[in-house]
Amino acid sequence: MSEYLEVGLFLVASALFYAVTMFMASLVSPHAPTAAKQSPYECGEQPVGEAQVRFGPNYYIIALIFVLFDVEAIFLFPWAAALREVGMAGFIEMLVFIGVLLVGLVYAWRKKVLSWI
Amino acid sequence: MSKPLLELLIAGIKFALVLGFVSVNALFLIWLERKVSARIQNRMGPIYVGRPQGWLQTAADALKLLTKEDIIPAGADRLTFVVAPAVLFTSAVLLFVVIPFGPGLIVRDLKLGVAYAAAVSGLAVISLVMAGWGSNNKYSLVGALRSASQMISYEVSLILAMLSVVILAGSLSTVEIVEAQSRIWFIALQPLGFLIYFIALLAELNRAPFDLPEAESELVAGYNTEYSGMRWAIFFLAEYANLFAGSALAVTLFLGGWQGPWLPPVVWFFLKTFLVIVVAMWLRWTLPRVRPDQLTSLGWKLLLPAALVNLGVTGFLVLAG
Repeated sequence: MSEYLEVGLFLVASALFYAVTMFMASLVSPHAPTAAKQSPYECGEQPVGEAQVRFGPNYYIIALIFVLFDVEAIFLFPWAAALREVGMAGFIEMLVFIGVLLVGLVYAWRKKVLSWI
Repeated sequence: MSKPLLELLIAGIKFALVLGFVSVNALFLIWLERKVSARIQNRMGPIYVGRPQGWLQTAADALKLLTKEDIIPAGADRLTFVVAPAVLFTSAVLLFVVIPFGPGLIVRDLKLGVAYAAAVSGLAVISLVMAGWGSNNKYSLVGALRSASQMISYEVSLILAMLSVVILAGSLSTVEIVEAQSRIWFIALQPLGFLIYFIALLAELNRAPFDLPEAESELVAGYNTEYSGMRWAIFFLAEYANLFAGSALAVTLFLGGWQGPWLPPVVWFFLKTFLVIVVAMWLRWTLPRVRPDQLTSLGWKLLLPAALVNLGVTGFLVLAG
């Protein structure tokens, strides 16, 4: 586990760096909030309603397809590193796996999910 | 001093070095970007602060940003708003763990280097969505959603292009991948892989021609519209750290890493990395921004199938030949 010592330290230390930087900035920067200053920026217009609103489902569907292919990518990592050991049999097995996923991609393609409306 | 403590101390020194490098690198790259943009547009760029070439301009900007007010918009989701820059910055810094600057010049040669790099760079999406959602600003939200959909679309192609290099090297360690290129750089064996990686990298970094998430002419500044002062500076710092890390990974995977004749390895590494960065800056002023529908079809209908075919052909050739 000590192989990941640096990773753990970098994780904690960079979060700490952010906290320290923000603290130091708060010492030298002014703090004078007004209602106008704190209103969300909309090029001078008065903002209407909240920004945490419903949005187009296209993004959601893209995320769904992404999950499919990202999981595939995770399975491909060990396969790619050990391809010479698994040999042709492993290669063909992975082709079958990718083929199944490709059917999913073709389905999404035909359903016009991939063409932004 | 006991051994674990000593190890921790060394790791801390490595962190300080990386932090220093990331900061100086961001100051330099922003200056470089402004200079390159200026040259391409037949302007001078910054010249006054730090003569003759305005090299102190970005340092002065950083100092100014430090003294600027930290504004949190009314109705913002405070926690996500405040934490978002830290997430992006952390993911950028974590990438530097596996970048081999030269023989032995690496924070830690992880066995899973490439997988680690892919995993860590994927964290950036979370930060942008946090920033966009937390800001209570419609521009930020649209910018964040666009960058999320764009980054996850191109991440798959990016990973597949990386994997074809992994097949050639037979290892996930970045150091071993560089060493495997001592005879021939992988760009010669993987020209298509490099092209896919580079295009996907530009999209991952939200850089032109894929800068829809921050399209100034319609979205003000995208996900970071509401950020000011040091919080905004941290976002910028992380973006340029990511630009360097992404280009450095391109060099590591495809351009032979630190390897090259005559000059010291570190010099070669930086020469190649800055070449990739300058090409990315050059493209920004050469290509117009793509439309969202072009972006989606390029990613899913062209790059992804091409990357899959490339991966399959590479695997077959490695096994057959």
